[in-house]
Parts: sequence; C-alpha cells; structure tokens
Amino acid sequence: MSNPRSVFFVRKEFISARQAPASTIGVLGWIRNNLFSTPFNSLLTVALGGLGVWLIWGALDWLIFNAVWAGGNEACKVNPEGACWTFISTRFDQFVYGFYEKPERWRVDLILLVLFTGIFWSGWERAPARKWVGGFMLIPFPLIAWVVLYGGIFGLPVVETSQWGGFTLTLVVSLIGIIVSLPLGILLALGRRSKMPIIHSTCLFFIEFWRGVPLITVLFMAAYVLPLFFPAGLNFDQLLRALIGFALFAAAYMAEVVRGGLQSLNKGQYEAADSLGLSYWKSMRLIILPQALKAVIPGIVNTFIGLFKDTTLVLIIGLLDLLGMVHAAIADPNWSIRSVPTTGYAFVAITFFIFCYGMSRYSRFVEEKLNTGHKR
Amino acid sequence: MAGRAATTSVLNNSKFRAILYQLIMASLLIYLGWSIAENTIANMEARDIRAGFGFLDETAGFSIMMSLVPYEPGDTYGRVFLVGLLNTLLVAGIGVVFATMVGFLVGIMRLSQNWVVSRLATIYVEIFRNVPLLLQILFWYTAVLKPLPGPRQVFERNTEIYFGISNRGITVPEFIFLENFSFTTWTALLGILFTIGIHRWAKQRQATTGEQFPVFFAGLGLTIGLPILVFLLSGAPVEFTPAKMGRFNLAGGITIIPEFLAVLLSLVLYTASFIAEIVRAGIQAVNYGQTEASRALGLRNGTTLKLVIIPQALRIIIPPMTSQYLNLTKNTSLAAAIAYPDLVATFAGTALNQNGQALETLAITMTVYLSLSLLTSALMNWFNSRVKLVER
Amino acid sequence: MKKLFLSCLSIALLGGIAIAGGHEKGTLSAVKSKGHIQCGVSQGLPGFSNPDDQGNWSGLDVDFCRAMSAAVFGDADKVKYTPLSARARFEALRSGEIDVLARNTTWTMQRDATLGLEFVGVNYYDGQGFMVRKTLGVNSAMELDGASACTNTGTTTELNLTDFFRANGMQFELVAFERADEVVAAYDAGRCDVYTTDRSGLAAQRTKLSNPNDHKVLPEIISKEPLGPVVRQDDPQWADLARWTLNAMINAEEMGIDSSNVDSKRSDSNPAVKRLMGTEGDLHEAIGVNNDWAYNIVKQVGNYGEVYERHVGANTPLQLGRGGTVNDLWTNGGLIYAPPVR
Repeated sequence: MSNPRSVFFVRKEFISARQAPASTIGVLGWIRNNLFSTPFNSLLTVALGGLGVWLIWGALDWLIFNAVWAGGNEACKVNPEGACWTFISTRFDQFVYGFYEKPERWRVDLILLVLFTGIFWSGWERAPARKWVGGFMLIPFPLIAWVVLYGGIFGLPVVETSQWGGFTLTLVVSLIGIIVSLPLGILLALGRRSKMPIIHSTCLFFIEFWRGVPLITVLFMAAYVLPLFFPAGLNFDQLLRALIGFALFAAAYMAEVVRGGLQSLNKGQYEAADSLGLSYWKSMRLIILPQALKAVIPGIVNTFIGLFKDTTLVLIIGLLDLLGMVHAAIADPNWSIRSVPTTGYAFVAITFFIFCYGMSRYSRFVEEKLNTGHKR
Repeated sequence: MAGRAATTSVLNNSKFRAILYQLIMASLLIYLGWSIAENTIANMEARDIRAGFGFLDETAGFSIMMSLVPYEPGDTYGRVFLVGLLNTLLVAGIGVVFATMVGFLVGIMRLSQNWVVSRLATIYVEIFRNVPLLLQILFWYTAVLKPLPGPRQVFERNTEIYFGISNRGITVPEFIFLENFSFTTWTALLGILFTIGIHRWAKQRQATTGEQFPVFFAGLGLTIGLPILVFLLSGAPVEFTPAKMGRFNLAGGITIIPEFLAVLLSLVLYTASFIAEIVRAGIQAVNYGQTEASRALGLRNGTTLKLVIIPQALRIIIPPMTSQYLNLTKNTSLAAAIAYPDLVATFAGTALNQNGQALETLAITMTVYLSLSLLTSALMNWFNSRVKLVER
Repeated sequence: MKKLFLSCLSIALLGGIAIAGGHEKGTLSAVKSKGHIQCGVSQGLPGFSNPDDQGNWSGLDVDFCRAMSAAVFGDADKVKYTPLSARARFEALRSGEIDVLARNTTWTMQRDATLGLEFVGVNYYDGQGFMVRKTLGVNSAMELDGASACTNTGTTTELNLTDFFRANGMQFELVAFERADEVVAAYDAGRCDVYTTDRSGLAAQRTKLSNPNDHKVLPEIISKEPLGPVVRQDDPQWADLARWTLNAMINAEEMGIDSSNVDSKRSDSNPAVKRLMGTEGDLHEAIGVNNDWAYNIVKQVGNYGEVYERHVGANTPLQLGRGGTVNDLWTNGGLIYAPPVR
C-alpha cells in the first residue's frame, strides 16, 4: 500500500487442498511414521518385530496348537513338546477346591457365585443399588462367607480350614487381607497424622515395622512364634494365624496409600470442616475421607493387586493355595512328564494374570474417569 | 453464649480428651505387650524351649552351598547369619543395578514412537507385573535353568574349562591378582579423581566462555583406557586358573549357581517392569512445554532429554524408585523357595530348623530387613529435601 | 478413634476366645466330642502319607491314624489330615492343632526329651542312604568326593550328610530344599549327582522319577532313623492309646490275625487272642475305648504286616521287600516286636 507497485499477479481464489502424499496417510503413512521413520527405527522394527513374532508364535504354538487337550497322562507322554492341559483338567477340581469335602463343594460354588456377582455389580457404574451391594460385599459378606465355608451352624457340617485349598484358599486369604486391611489402614493413616504424640508414634511404628519386613518373615512369625503369644489353651489354627499376619501386613501398606490421599487434600478442606463445627469423626466421615479415598482408588487397587499376588507366599508355610496345589500336583509320579511343570505354572500364571490385569484395567479406568477435571 | 462456654464439661475439652485418649492407648499397649511377654515366657517354659542368643556361638554343623566369606560346617550360627546376610545383599545389590537398567530401557521404549517397540515394552510390563514373583522364580528355576544339560554331558573329564554353562551354573576361571596389579588399581583411582576434576573445570569453562569439552570421552579414557594400558604394560598381572572337570562336577574356578541366577533373573525382570512404569510416568509428568522450550532454545533431542527432561523427571521418579529397591531387597527372601542360601533360607530356615529358637532367629532376621529399609527411607527423605531445596 | 479401636479389639478378643478350644480336658474326650482325629502327615511321601488326585490320603502313617480312629470310633474313616512341613510339624502338635503326628518322624533323644513330645513306638526302622544315577558308575558312597547332593532342609538328614562327608574328608555341594518334592524334582533334573534321605524315602521318591530304573541306591547306611508316631507328652492316656494301637497291629500280625480271618478269630480259644480281641479282660477301659477296639483296627485297617505290604512292600511301587530286613517281625529275625496285651 505504501509502495504502490503494480501487481502482476494476484491469485483471487484459493487452490483446493491437495491430498497429502500417499506415503504419509493411511496404512502406509502410519507404517512409515511409526515403524520406519529412520534407518535406526527400521532396524529396531525388524529386529524386535521378528523377536516378538517369534516369541508370540512360540508361546501360542506351545500353549494352543501343539498342546494336548485330552487323553490323560498317556497322551502327554506321547507329545511332550506342547502344553499338557489334560493334566489341568484332570486335577481341576483340586485346584479350585483343594481338599474341601466333595459333598460340601456347593458351598464354595455358592460363595464364588455371590462374590463375582457382587464384584461386577458394585464395579459396574450404572447398576442399581450399587452402593448397597458394595457395602454388603465389604462388611457382611466376608463374615457370611467364612461361616458358610467353615460350617458348624444351620446344620452345615464343619469343614476344617486345613482342608481348604486351591483357588478357594487364594481367594479367602486375599479377600480377608483386603477387607481387614482397608478399615485398619484408614485408622492407621488417621493415627499417623494425629497430633497426639503417643497415637502418632504408635501408628508410625506399626506402619514402618510391617512395611520394613518381608512378608515371608511375617508368615514365619505367624506360623512358628504367634502361638507362643497366646495363653496356653487359646489356639488359632494355621490358616487363621497366617491370615492375622497377612492382614496386619496389608493394613500397613494400605495405611500409606490412604495417607497419600489425606495429604493430597487441600488444607482448606480440613479448616472448612472445622469451621462448620463438625466433630473429628464427622468431618472425617463426611468431608475428608470421601475425597481422600476417592483420590487414591488407583493406589488402593494397586495395593490389592500386590496383596493378591503375595497370597502365593503362604505356600512357603505349607498352606496349599492355588500355586501350592499346582506345585504339589506336579510332583505326582504319574505325571512326571517334561511338559507338566511348565503347564502347571502357565495355568497359575494365566489365572493370576487375568485377575491382576483385570483389576489394573479397572483402576486405570476409574483413574481416567476421575481425572477429567484436572487435565492440564 | 459466654455462659455456655463456662459450663462446658471438662470432657469436652479437646486437650483433656487428647490426654485421656492417649492414656487409654498407652495402657492398652502396655497391657498387650505385658500379656504377650508373660504368655511367651510361660509357654516357652511349659514347652521346654530354650531362650536367649547363646545359640549364635554354637556350632551349626551343616554346609552352605554358596558363601562370600570362608565358611565351614564347624562354624557357628553367628557365621551362618553373616553368610546369609552377605548372600542377600549380593543378590539385592546386583539386582538393583540391573533392574534399574532394564527398567529405564523398557520405560523409554514404552514412550517410543515406534509402534513395535512400544507395544513389545507394554506386553513385557503387563505380563511381568501381573504374575506373582514367587511363580516367576519357580518358573525360571524349574522350567528354564534346571533342564539345562548336566556337566557330564557337556564337559570331557579332566579337561580345563574356561567358560562353561550347565545345570550346575555358569563357571568362569578363578583369577588371582599378582603384586603388580596395584599399579592398575592406583591408576584407576587417579583416573576417577582426574575425571571429577576435569568435569568441574569443563563446567566452569563452559559457564564463563561457552566452550565445551568432551568430558565423557576424556573420562572414559582416564578411568578405563588408561588402567587397561597400565595393566598391559605391567605385564597383565592376573593369573587365571580355569575349572577342571572332575568325576561329577567342575572343580575350581568360580561357579555362579543356578539358584542365584534364577533369583536374580526373576527379581530383575519383575522389578524392572515396575521401574519401567515409574520411569514412563515420570517422563510423561514433565510438561510438554519443557520439551518445546528447550527445542526453541535450539537444544538437540539428546541434550533436551539429558539437561531438561531427565533432571525434572528424576524428582518424580526417585521416591517410588527407592521403594522398588526396598521391595526388591525384601523380595530376595523368596529365594528360600528354591534353595538359594539367602538370609531367610539359611538363618531363618536351616539354622532355625536345627536349633528351634524361632523367636530369636526371626527377631534378628526382621531387624536386619527393618534396618535396611529404615536406612533407605532416611536416605530417601534426605534426598527429597535436597531436591526440594534446589527447586525453590 | 478410641471407640472404634476398642470395639475392634474386643471383637478380636471375643473371636479369639470363641475359637479357643483348649485341650485341658484330655485329648481323647476332645477327639470324641469333635468326632474325628486330626492327624498330622507329610506333604506327600508315597508309601507313608500321600494324597491321590482325589485328595484321599493313604500310606503306612495314614493307616496308623486310621487305626486309631477305628479304635476310638469303631470307624477308620473319622480322620482328617493336616499336611505339615518338617519345620512346622512339632509346633503343630504342641499347639494342639493336630492330635497325633504320623509323619515319618525320627525318634531322637533331643526330640523326645526336650520338645515336650512322646514317641509311642516305631512303625518303620529306617536309615539314611544315597541314590545315584546308574550312568555315574558309582558303587559306594565313598566315591562321591566332589559331588552335588540334594536333600531336605530342617531334618537330621542334612546334618548326617555333612558329618559323613566331613568325616571322610570329602568335598561336596549341598543343595537343600524345604519340600521333599522339590528335592526330587531337582535331582531328577540333574541339579545334583546324589539324592540323600531315609532309605524308605529314597524308595518312595524313586517312584516319582521319570525313569526309576536308571537310578540305584548305594549300599551305605549312614544313620539310624527309627520312624514313629508322636503325641503330646502332657496326655498319658492318649499316648497309651496311640502306643497300644501300634502294638495291637503288631501283635495281631504275630498271632496270625488279619482282616480276612479276624471274624473267626473272635471266637478263638487262645487266651492271648481273646485278650486282644476283647473277649476276655477289660484292659480296653484303661485306654478309654470299647472292647472291640483291636477287632475294629484289624478288621478295617489290617495288621501291621498287611499295612506294610499294602503301602511299602515288595508289590508296591516302593518295592521295599520285608523279608530279612529289620522291619520284619522279630519271629523272623527282624525288629518289629510288641509287648503283650495282658
């Protein structure tokens, strides 16, 4: 404008957008961008891709295509180069129920059914009466489950805990650990943040002690030393002792997770609760804990996952959980075939993977849902 | 209103209540402790169980398959404790180093642009994180290491073996350092000192003049190249004694037992999957603006990572990483399942079985782990506060 | 906080007291009131105590518990089993978790005198031996210098082994596992050259090897291992019942009474047989059982010889032939001998 030179050519209309080069869009473009963007990347893709395909194919071949699905131990002896699933199916009842008496196994089935229904019900967001179901699963259900499994009332014959085993035992140990540890952990976390020195230091000591020692030593303690602590005549059976050790151990870990949630809350929340004149317990119950616990749901679920995996350790003190049962079954002389140990371990691994992966997916889902407001 | 305040019962006074609560708590604790102590003493007397730590001076009488210090079956339980402790620390120490390396690698792989790389890393993390560690240890030991061929299938009798793998472990020659080796040691030490000096000097020079100096390569030369040169010049003063195949086993040499390998391998792979997640989360937590800013300053990718991203990510990474190290150390106790002679397997296992003093033995064992973890927590807190100060 | 804490604590205490099932009133009456005997067994040792794939236990030790059940209840099946590791077995017995321990346990002075236990007899005379692969070409334990040895931890086996090698100035590598099946698996996989445990254990575990015939047991026996059932020291009546259950089985064999002819032997005129069968005398009252206790044992479980042949004898996978060994009846030159019922 300030330099009014004659303009030789001014384009009056836009050129219609050209299509992007074929090599940057679609499948080809994706492949180029994600797999072969640089020579080094291409090399990585080929090398690791090859390795991955080889591993996955090998695993699938062993687990499925070349596996023995039926026919008992003879079939596995003929083909030791694939998984021996018939070993699992032969012993499946034992892996699920342990030595639980056969005519009473419907009790385990019933509890498992209620358990999984309850978990899915309370986990599914749009389910009706979800909170009530969740509450039921958290408090009355474990007690009911214990009574039903143990028996002794309502005309149910007693099934000694020494006969519990397999996956049932794994679930019992992990659920009791989880359910006891949550309230105890909350109390400990609150205690640790208390300003009363004796309560603070007691909780601090408790938490640091249990978190500082390996679970094995705790279980050893429960198995070999705990009976000495009780007056003569008072006596818990082995499973109960292990459960006590496991639950206290779990509570300490839970306490630290909850403490993280309590710390993450704005101080204003505490002050606001105080200024409303709420008592300590009311302010905790109505204001602080709902927010704090919500914030640490992923942490709580991760702790659950850790505890669930840790239940396998009870095998070291002689309780036959799922891994213990499989470990013992492997030693059966009729099944001393090369593929059997690996099959057994693979079975346990897959079972645990399904549960742990499921829980971690759920926790990530909750995390993402809760995070929407805070995304940067 | 004022009148009401005056009538407030002493029970509603928060200070009074705090003291009351604490008194109740304290008396409960004292009662609990006292009754446990009383019961324990009574029970131990009734069951004829010996008490006290005198057993530490008694002869153990059993043999241990792997020991970092000289150990004979005629040694005491105290010695057994030392052997077990050192074996635990060995596997934990090596495990921490490798788990960190693998974890960082996988964590960065998960963030890779390359689909295959990030997918493989994800599969790795999900599988190893979601399967119990005990199962992994049993798997590596039972399904991978034990089926290796035995020494008699691999080695000829009476041949010298410089490197051997069998189901008895990995064998390498034993090496003895001769007198002249001290030259190499001293050179290496001096090299490290010089490298630190050069690093400081180069930093200062860059700060004042902007000129850079290849500290990394200089350091490499000084700490590794030079010692190797001195080592060769002084006549390679190390003597190798290879293992020799005997009737059953390789004799002599240094053998890394398969139990150790299984524990190490599973601990590394398991812990690395957690570290990978921590590293990934740490790097992702650094605002992308930081990357853009450093690009705008003209820093290259590697430099951006080294000078901008990693230092900030580390602050997030280090606390959870420390607890992973602690977990790894505590998880070494699972070695008991496959006969690796760690603290739990030897001292709280075999020794406990032989002398029956469960209370004392387990108390000592727990104290060891507790001290280890309190020490680490203290270090972590110290580090945390340092990092915080630098920040603000 | 206190309210909650207190209530939790009291619930815990109440729970604890509710579970308290003391054994002060005597094991026998406690057993009778709960309706079964809780029997501590191994975690799986073929021939002695081993669960099949249905979870039914069988073996020499298991049959001892079944015999006790037959004596107490007249029904051999009122037994429940608690599998125990070597490490946990004595505490389980002392704490009252089990009523009797039948877990191939070696009778030693230290255990008998210092652990509050009572050994009621010997149901198998054993000794520690070695098993090796035939391909090694080893014919004596004295040739084992430099070998790797697999064994159980927490047993006398481990100490005997160490003593043996030290006494003979030989080197070895000890690989010790908690569970017997882990030891076998390790030996089978070739982790060790030699597997050492009680010889009955060698025979039992040999059946678990992939090729049992590729292995052989060396002639040396390096220890004495008398295995027997154990009860608590504080209940003499229960100990007597256990002791005489074993003795009844041995006496029955000596008198030629077995499960097939026991019904006819009930009307036998031999006074010794009559006393055992409970048709004469009232000694059964002293141990707190009915007069047909020994009849029930033999009828439902069998005499010692039958039990032996059924679980460990020459026609079992263990193939521990009885003739000419210490485990034969004393009348055949063995050590199996029971005091008379009179």
